[in-house]
Amino acid sequence: MKLTVNGQTHDVDVPPDMPLLWVLRDELQITGVKYGCGIAQCGACTVHVDGEAVRSCQIPVGDLEGEVTTIEGLGTPDALHAVQEAWIELQVAQCGYCQSGQMTQAASLLADNPAPSDADIDDAMSGNLCRCGTYPRIRAAVKSAAAKMGA
Amino acid sequence: MTVNTSRRSFLKGAGAAVAVLAVGIDPKGALAASTSEAGTAITPFVKIYADGTVAAVIKHFEGGQGTSTGLSTLIAEELNMELSDITFEMAPSDTAVYNNLFFGALQGTGGSTAMANSFMQYRTAGAAARDVLLQAAAKDWDVDVSELTLANGVISGAGKEGQIGEFIATAAQIAVPAEPVLKAPEDWTQIGNTQKARRDSHDKVNGEGIYGMDIQLDNQMVAAIKRIPQYGATVASFDDSAAKDVTGFIMAKALPNGAGVVAYAENTWAAFQARDAIEVEWDLSKAETRSSDEIKQQLLAAVNTEPQWQASETTLGAASTALEGAAQVVEREFFLPMLAHATMEPLSATIAATEDGGVIMYDGAQGPTINHATMHQILGIPMDKIQVKTLYAGGFFGRRFNAGADYIVETTLAFSMTDQTRPVKLVWSREDDLAGGWYRPAYAHKVRVGLDDAGKIVGWDHRVAGQSIAKDGPFEAFYVKDGVDISSVEGTAENPYAIPGMHIGLTDAAPATTVNYWRSVGHSHNAYVMETMMDVAAAAAGQDPVSFRLAYLPGDTADQKRKADVLKLAAENAGFGKPLPDGHFHGVAVHKSFGTYCAQICEISIDEDDYVQIEKYTAAVDCGVAVNPDVIKAQVEGAIGFGVGHIMRDQITLDGGVVVQQNFPDYEPLRMRDIKAIEVHIVKTNEAPSGIGEPGTPPAGPALANAIAASGRDLVTHLPMTENGVEFA
Repeated sequence: MKLTVNGQTHDVDVPPDMPLLWVLRDELQITGVKYGCGIAQCGACTVHVDGEAVRSCQIPVGDLEGEVTTIEGLGTPDALHAVQEAWIELQVAQCGYCQSGQMTQAASLLADNPAPSDADIDDAMSGNLCRCGTYPRIRAAVKSAAAKMGA
Repeated sequence: MTVNTSRRSFLKGAGAAVAVLAVGIDPKGALAASTSEAGTAITPFVKIYADGTVAAVIKHFEGGQGTSTGLSTLIAEELNMELSDITFEMAPSDTAVYNNLFFGALQGTGGSTAMANSFMQYRTAGAAARDVLLQAAAKDWDVDVSELTLANGVISGAGKEGQIGEFIATAAQIAVPAEPVLKAPEDWTQIGNTQKARRDSHDKVNGEGIYGMDIQLDNQMVAAIKRIPQYGATVASFDDSAAKDVTGFIMAKALPNGAGVVAYAENTWAAFQARDAIEVEWDLSKAETRSSDEIKQQLLAAVNTEPQWQASETTLGAASTALEGAAQVVEREFFLPMLAHATMEPLSATIAATEDGGVIMYDGAQGPTINHATMHQILGIPMDKIQVKTLYAGGFFGRRFNAGADYIVETTLAFSMTDQTRPVKLVWSREDDLAGGWYRPAYAHKVRVGLDDAGKIVGWDHRVAGQSIAKDGPFEAFYVKDGVDISSVEGTAENPYAIPGMHIGLTDAAPATTVNYWRSVGHSHNAYVMETMMDVAAAAAGQDPVSFRLAYLPGDTADQKRKADVLKLAAENAGFGKPLPDGHFHGVAVHKSFGTYCAQICEISIDEDDYVQIEKYTAAVDCGVAVNPDVIKAQVEGAIGFGVGHIMRDQITLDGGVVVQQNFPDYEPLRMRDIKAIEVHIVKTNEAPSGIGEPGTPPAGPALANAIAASGRDLVTHLPMTENGVEFA
């Protein structure tokens, strides 16, 4: 079966019920997307399908429709996405394990709502867990990224 | 073998035979320099590559607490370079060189010791590297070393200039000074700098950072374990016939220690599915069968009887006499449940055979010595043919280091049961993580405080009961003194408060499960009880809770003064005692742990439907010299969230011995909306650096509890709060 990830098309030979998460990680070795709970409760596996943030642990690869973007494809090493830049500038990450999911979620929020309020950010981001408790910095970084993108 | 080494990609471009100068402490304890080829076993704290790249070699693993940045800062400072220009490598497993100075012969991270351990060690290594580089340049140029200076990777003077990589061959021939002169604090440009230059930031925003869970070796098998359902159970027999229908399933084997059945598969998804399909007959003859309510009642009964151990100089008799003479006595009984670490990255480690007949383990290793020794003992491979590759850890909070080395043993056993030609990667699911044991134990406390007519404390009878973490384990000698497991009473015992007539009694509870160190360890429950009881006593005395506490911190010792100072700083910045908007309340807590003092004011609002919202934490911290102020702020922010999130709504419970909580809906961590703002203030001081990973956690819960009590509600004494009458917005 074919799937397109970060602009590249791949052919994979896996059972159709294998979640997209594990196809990305184990078959395509795209490991920026993380496993955290397997039941859509933590957001660590968040990727974009046709630009929309989804939990990749919940999508059987056989049901996938659309192009996938992971953290590796959100920006490029030479031109990071505004949320990635903001994450570095505000020194958001601690252990960092959840942050790929946080940033893909944040990028999706900003695509829909270029100037989110604190409440908008909390609503959009509260499905993404961070056990290190970087939430205040995530909130600030989303606002900073919004300002960059609006500029 | 295809290990992703993108983090080190700068090495690839430099070619296969890269000369490198390594400066550090040799196994005899002396500073030494050597050159080597990149990739060979060199064991220093700082490396200088031929292209001028400087790498700090980090002996304390990076689990988010900032060691890669902190230790790099110390090297950068002494080499007169910017933190943003230094790179880092995780140290190999070599106990003789990289042991934790507080742990003895053990390479490991814990107890918030990384900076306290490394502050002199890494500065000394950096200064020694600077000295030998300058001497090498002086020799190569045939000039006097006093004419030369080093800054930003360039040595200049005597009309010459060269980048440091040019001098590494000569430098390796120069005797390394045993006691190089360190830069004076007034000359520091990197230590104390508020810059945001975490060394691990880029890896962690572009998806390139490699965690244990991310290892993908050629031809590896993925293993998942069908685990014992309750503490003390073992495998009697199993049937894997249903697993054989799973595409990618390879085989199943019972662990020789009885702790479960390993499903081997070609990928993680297949391993999880096959594991779930295996039917196991368990031997429950020695299994825990109690439920949490029964354990709770046993703990509460224990604190209402005479304690087993005395953990204070004051005897129970003396405290009882003081209480009999008190004008009033206030008392409360507390229960704090078992808690899970629930690191974002579920546990995972990978083991593979190496070409020289040895093995290598890839792990976010909190104690590489333990990985090393485990593989030696189980596989019988000589110590010098064993390697540990330390990767980023997706959080730890104490979970990766325990008396049983659980997942490290499992990974090694899983490998040992194969023909050892294929690497084996063990993956824990979130269900394994939450239901798989190694919890913060449950504790009961009972406290009686006696006050005189003037509202002064005259006696304090404090009893604690809970399962000992250290007893009957490898760390018993370190933690247990005269029967008292200090990790059960720390924070109550040795509290800087000058409280007269204070008796602390401890009773060990029968084991209910495997238990472990959990962020801030004993302080996590002792601070909750101490700091809420200080508020209860202040209220009984009719006094303001901040000034009441200050009366027991008279400043007779530096310990008391530092604790008083953070309390005053937090209270000032929060406007404690000043009018708040309607429905808003302040609560205070201050606590010393791991040598660090942290005070917090929690501001809450309560709406007309009685929902509680945490509006803001205002914290003040004194952790000695603040090496990386922004990392310190981040640690306090995170530790507050970690601490209060569990107090709000988390518990691990048993039903007939079986853990009830299986995944995040059952164990609901702090989420973004739970705290609106956190502000952290750092005390400026020249005291030696102390811990920062844990000390923000203990005061967070009691500050919230005291704020809720300040609204006129009863103090929440049984946790979590959501199970005991509090609803959060």
